[in-house]
Amino acid sequence: MPKDHGIGASSKRREDVRFLTGKGNYTADITLYGQTYAAFARSNVAHAKIKSIDTSAAEAMPGVLAVFTGADFADVGGNPAGWLIQSRNGETMKEPKRPVLAHGEVCHVGDAYAAVIAETVAQARNAVEALVVDFEELPAVVDMADAVADNSKRARTELTDNICFDWGWIEDNRAAVDAAFASAPHVTTLELVNNRLVPNAMEPRASIGVYDASTEDYKLYTTSQNPHLTRLLVAAFVMGIPEHKLNVIAPDVGGGFGSKIYHYGEEALVLAAAKRIGRPVKWVADRTESFLSDAHGRDHVTKIQLACEKDGTFLAVRTETLANVGAYLSNFSTATPTFLHGTLMAGPYKTPLVYVNVKAVFTNTAPVDAYRGAGRPEATYSLERVIDMAARELNLDPWEVRRKNLITTDMFPYTTPVALQYDTGNYQATLDKLIELSDKAGFEARAAESAKRGKMRGLGLSTWIEACGIAPSALVGALGARVGLFDAATVRVNPTGNISVMVGAHSHGQGHETVFAQVVSSMLGIPEANIDIVHGDTAKIPFGMGSYGSRSLAVCGTAMTKAVDKIIAKGKKIAAHMLEASEGDIEFADGKFSVAGTDKAKTFGEIAFSAYVPHNYPLETLEPGLEETAFYDPANFTYPAGAYSCEVEVDPDTGKVEIMAFTCADDFGNVMNPMIVNGQVHGGVAQGIGQALLENTSYDGNGQLVTASYMDYAMPRADDLPNYTVDHSCNTPCTHNPLGVKGCGEAGAIGSPPAVVNAVIDALARAGKPVKHIDMPLSPARVWAAMNA
Amino acid sequence: MTQVSMTVNGKAVSGDVEGRTLLVDFLRGGLHLTGTHVGCDTSQCGACVVHVNGIAVKSCTMFASEAAGAEVRTIEGMANKDGSLSVIQAAFQEHHGLQCGFCTPGMVMSAAALLKENPKPTEHEVRAYLEGNICRCTGYHNIVKAIMAASGQDVAAIAAE
Repeated sequence: MPKDHGIGASSKRREDVRFLTGKGNYTADITLYGQTYAAFARSNVAHAKIKSIDTSAAEAMPGVLAVFTGADFADVGGNPAGWLIQSRNGETMKEPKRPVLAHGEVCHVGDAYAAVIAETVAQARNAVEALVVDFEELPAVVDMADAVADNSKRARTELTDNICFDWGWIEDNRAAVDAAFASAPHVTTLELVNNRLVPNAMEPRASIGVYDASTEDYKLYTTSQNPHLTRLLVAAFVMGIPEHKLNVIAPDVGGGFGSKIYHYGEEALVLAAAKRIGRPVKWVADRTESFLSDAHGRDHVTKIQLACEKDGTFLAVRTETLANVGAYLSNFSTATPTFLHGTLMAGPYKTPLVYVNVKAVFTNTAPVDAYRGAGRPEATYSLERVIDMAARELNLDPWEVRRKNLITTDMFPYTTPVALQYDTGNYQATLDKLIELSDKAGFEARAAESAKRGKMRGLGLSTWIEACGIAPSALVGALGARVGLFDAATVRVNPTGNISVMVGAHSHGQGHETVFAQVVSSMLGIPEANIDIVHGDTAKIPFGMGSYGSRSLAVCGTAMTKAVDKIIAKGKKIAAHMLEASEGDIEFADGKFSVAGTDKAKTFGEIAFSAYVPHNYPLETLEPGLEETAFYDPANFTYPAGAYSCEVEVDPDTGKVEIMAFTCADDFGNVMNPMIVNGQVHGGVAQGIGQALLENTSYDGNGQLVTASYMDYAMPRADDLPNYTVDHSCNTPCTHNPLGVKGCGEAGAIGSPPAVVNAVIDALARAGKPVKHIDMPLSPARVWAAMNA
Repeated sequence: MTQVSMTVNGKAVSGDVEGRTLLVDFLRGGLHLTGTHVGCDTSQCGACVVHVNGIAVKSCTMFASEAAGAEVRTIEGMANKDGSLSVIQAAFQEHHGLQCGFCTPGMVMSAAALLKENPKPTEHEVRAYLEGNICRCTGYHNIVKAIMAASGQDVAAIAAE
């Protein structure tokens, strides 16, 4: 019998009612009194010197209130990279300034160099058209290999070459890894592209700036996954606004997938403009603006090598990667290809030796940063593809090669050669579960049936791991992070016994308002309906770091449980006084404080009331009120893991791939709401299938983005995707957080792309068309060309 | 500016619009019915789907003036008269057919249009019908399931969970 409430129940989402009735409150839905509108002038060339901008005609246009150019922000700070990476030679990475508006130089198509504020959107956009800019075009750096090979063309004029950093992980292991390769019985080498993607949250970015001259207070409504981080960046780094004078509100946010972690210049612009004109300033991106200016994802070119015994035992892994960071360093852009990528290159395997080299490359393209999975999909794809290729070369079963190399349950805690310590897991169990749920045994019969219809059927898998619950602050600080990655929660018990929980995590589709309430409900024995979760407003919530890296429950949820523990502890003191018992004898269960071994008890509501109406209360030793805050900094990452399979049919005439089945056996630790966890996996897998089969971000040789709308960028539609089979019964609870949770938000996007590609390669091989590799997306044209090469 | 009048969710409304004012901008900006969303510029994403005289229309692809005299229905007009969720809305909640909620109004409006013309669609028909509605969160599985359930069909067979 499934649970109907509390931890482990598929409680229906409370946030759905407002979304289903049109009552959501997204930033673009907000209209403020006296509101004005911003529109941005964006570069139509990839790289140019700005010789002049004539704003006079624009300023004379109807409704225009102000025009801003880069010169207006020459004296404020730049938008910083959040991680400082050290190169192999000990040098610190290059960090060219990222201004609010481009000043002196535009560095990618879509780079904003001016903004107009007007009474209406149409007037603002009309006036942008009237700006006269004189660009002196500079050579554009687009292709990463060219960027590395040729220093004469540079993505930023202030650079001497295009390499941001050249990072080795772990440099001290390099010689041993090279030696293992030199003597290995078998070496498989694969060069692959991890295709550039645009996150494409369905809600385009939007911001509204407000300034109150009487109090000198700013307010920013914005599409953010982490309002406090945005506040810190805007206030302390860019604008020089005292942090306490800026309130950042991220109301309902329509998806993020990483792209709304970062601070963008538009947020600073609307604040500066609101101050100058004394009225609220609103900006809403259109979709093409989003394509041009949102941080993109992935974009690695990798050579990976796997050294192994002839029986498939892994000996060493070695990679060389070029990672595109675009023209400007977005906030997480330097962490993504390094500490979220290189540290995962051991996968769930016992491989004793691993060395990862990543060169981050500046190009005249939009910034590239974390997109769902962030570095971990790139690591997983490289590893799971080269393993499949090695198995084929050695004539071994790719499923059994994986099993042979998986870390076994007796090896935990397991320290990898790339510096992570996996606390717990059972990788054999998820592989076995996958074999069962995918009906691997019945595959040959299905393949025969496909063949009768003239189709080529294939089955591919991946066994993957990720590092989530980001992140232990001291550890990431030692690795170059400029922020802490704790989180925080305040639990406020109101006098009437209902509860407001203010959390640092931000929900933009994950259902925190429902799940966090389930957790508190279970801990306090209070109905879920009596608990509200408050998030997204820096004036209401404690300082938290927001949601990304599958961290919300593992980090913020832990802070919340610690705050609830404090509530219970204080409640026991109050109960002990009221029941005239010793505190040590008070037990709390099912919403009641009772004296052990007696029927004397006070309900949670009675204790709450007493805390606020302290007539019979130990005021001499205990403060009144019942509100507690906890901050939590995780002791380790969490390590969700699992095994995914994909079954495809390939049309031999067209190369079109159809997904017949997709099966996921996940270990997320304890599951708080199975319905929501399944939904997270579905969405992640859909994005992974999108990457594998459909999506590609394409710049031409001049740096023009040729996939800048939904007419050119292939977003997965309903009829591109299958139903998914999702299982999370093989769970091993995380050992270092009280809920035992590991995180589930990114898994689907991490485990799925290699499973899809491996399935297509399998289908072709079975049909007598041995193809070593096809780069994503596996469009019909690419598959057809590969099989007919 | 010209004045345009129409019926929206059963109420007579009117307002001044420019010739270029899109129906979606009239609904959102003029009437403050912000449940209808704008997710793209090219009539692809479907977040702005409304019903005009009973037919599903992308309101970013129609001028407000073209809807003069029409009966328009938006997501704000989809709940039951007593305010409770309609069958389709309830099915989306029951089967977790939404996450961030941004595409949801368009999905519900398209689902309603589909079920009006095809009360018992097959799963394939549902997926094909949704070609003009993009969702980035759900992977569509639970949207399809919700629409099938709203049509009164047994959805237990739609993939194990």
